[in-house]
Formats: sequence, structure tokens, C-alpha cells
Amino acid sequence: MKSAVITFPGSNCDRDMDVALKKFGFSNKMVWHQDVELPKTDLVVLPGGFSYGDYLRCGSMASKSKIMQSVINFANSGGMVMGICNGFQILVETGLVPGVLLRNKYLEFICKNVFVKISNKDNSYFKNINNNILELHIAHNEGNYFCTKDQLKEIEDNAQIAINYCDQEGKIEEPFNPNGSIKNIAGIFNKEKNVLGMMPHPERMIDPSLSGDDGSIFFKNLINNLK
Amino acid sequence: MKISVIITLKKDVLDPQGKVIHQALDGMGFNDVNEVRQGKYFEIDTKETNPKKAKDKVEEMCKKLLANLVIENYKIIDAQ
Repeated sequence: MKSAVITFPGSNCDRDMDVALKKFGFSNKMVWHQDVELPKTDLVVLPGGFSYGDYLRCGSMASKSKIMQSVINFANSGGMVMGICNGFQILVETGLVPGVLLRNKYLEFICKNVFVKISNKDNSYFKNINNNILELHIAHNEGNYFCTKDQLKEIEDNAQIAINYCDQEGKIEEPFNPNGSIKNIAGIFNKEKNVLGMMPHPERMIDPSLSGDDGSIFFKNLINNLK
Repeated sequence: MKISVIITLKKDVLDPQGKVIHQALDGMGFNDVNEVRQGKYFEIDTKETNPKKAKDKVEEMCKKLLANLVIENYKIIDAQ
């Protein structure tokens, strides 16, 4: 299976994502933001970081990068595109997934492990995954998911919520909402479920001796789904 | 010509920075503030000399990049 990770100026999780994808069997290529065409690939990943120094709005400048037109075309033709953290912010700025990510409710940069509940397994990302709850890492200043009431209705009607912040038992409640996101949303899909944006970093949880192993569960499942 | 634009958060969008600024003002003794909302200001110097055309172009810039219309409103406040 082939993957491509896009590096923007200011991306800083691109290498971690490369390591994670290769560890679980992807043949990964790094793609520079000024490139015009994507290599032949099964999965495109927009990594975390601070693309363009978060100028204007997080992800807004990167969403207009040269490579993004190819990424948008790839997504619109059904290709799998996953945005993690800043990658999620870039996805909302392209309009590939609905909503926006605002400044965290309590104005703190949050860097900690959280639990997320998988809310929809009827898609190529989470299909066949045994776990309902994953422990993943978040590190962001703007992860407060917001959308209009009309958008929220559409998101819920189309089952576009991918993962929600929860506790260890999977309770999706306000005390387990780290950043003020509507409905504890940590990740959402586009309507067709081939585009996924999420704040947590599965690539940071692929080694039990360093952090945790729930990211491994995600990547192992992902590559099996794509085979 | 120079076009000035302000971008503000829509009414129902939480502005935690505005809230903190309000609290700070309160602590400094400015007790009669009802609310503070933080926004952005842009000055765009364009080669276009026709004010109508320049404003239209800047409006397009606002829609495509400067503002995120899910959460923000834009207003062209000056052209000279």
C-alpha cells in the first residue's frame, strides 16, 4: 500500500507520520507543498505542525498551497485523505470537511493523552477495528471544533462524526472535553467518509516504551482495510 | 489605492480572547465595559485605481482567504 505525506513549511509531525506509516507496511513518499502533482498513492496524509506559522488562521495558508489542488481533486475522486491536528485545520480550510477549529476554550495549549470513542466504523478508516475506545495524544492550541447549527444537523444526519472525546469507559461528557469542541467532536469525515480530519495524533502512540500503543491499533487496521 | 478591511467573529461564536481582555479591563478599573470582541484589520494596497473594481477584488479576497465565513464577517471600511 502506498501513502504520501505532505510537508508544508512549519509541519513538524511529517517525519513521525512517515515512521509510523512505514512501520505498519506502507510504502511512503514525502511530498513538498510546492509540488503540483501527487505521486500514485492510496492515502494522502496532511501532518500536524504549525504550517506557515499559523498565520491568519491555522491551516488557512497551507490550504492554498500548490499541492492542495491535487489533494482536493484526489479527495473528490474518492481518494483517502487524512488530516491530523494541523492537517485537520488545513482540511476545514479547504472545505473538504465541514466546520472550523477555534482557539481552545480555556486558551491553553493542551498537550496530553485523551480517550476517544470511535463513533462510526462504517468507513475505510475504522472498519473492522476491535476497539471502541482508543487512548491517543493531543497537542494543540486550536482544536475547539465549531460549526453552525445547520452544519451540525447535516453532520449528524450523515453520521460524519468519526471520534469523540470521552473517558476511559467511553462516556462522552463535558468533563472529558479538553478544548470546548461541540459534542466533544475530536474528528469528522466528509459526507463520503473518504476524508478524515482529527485532532489526536495516532502517529505518536506507536511504541509502548515511548508513549502508548493505541496508534498501532489504528494503523494496523488502516492498512488491512486498504489491502 | 488602499483598501481597509476588518474581520470580526460572528455573534454566536465564542471569543475567549475577547473575554480575557474584558476581564483584564475590568481588573484595571474599566468597569462599564459590556463586552469585548477581538477582530482583525487589513490594509491592502492594490494597483487597481477604480474604487468599485478594487473593492470587488478585495471582497473576493475576503471570501477566498482573509475571512472564514463559517465564523467570521468581513467589512470593507475604507478605500482611498
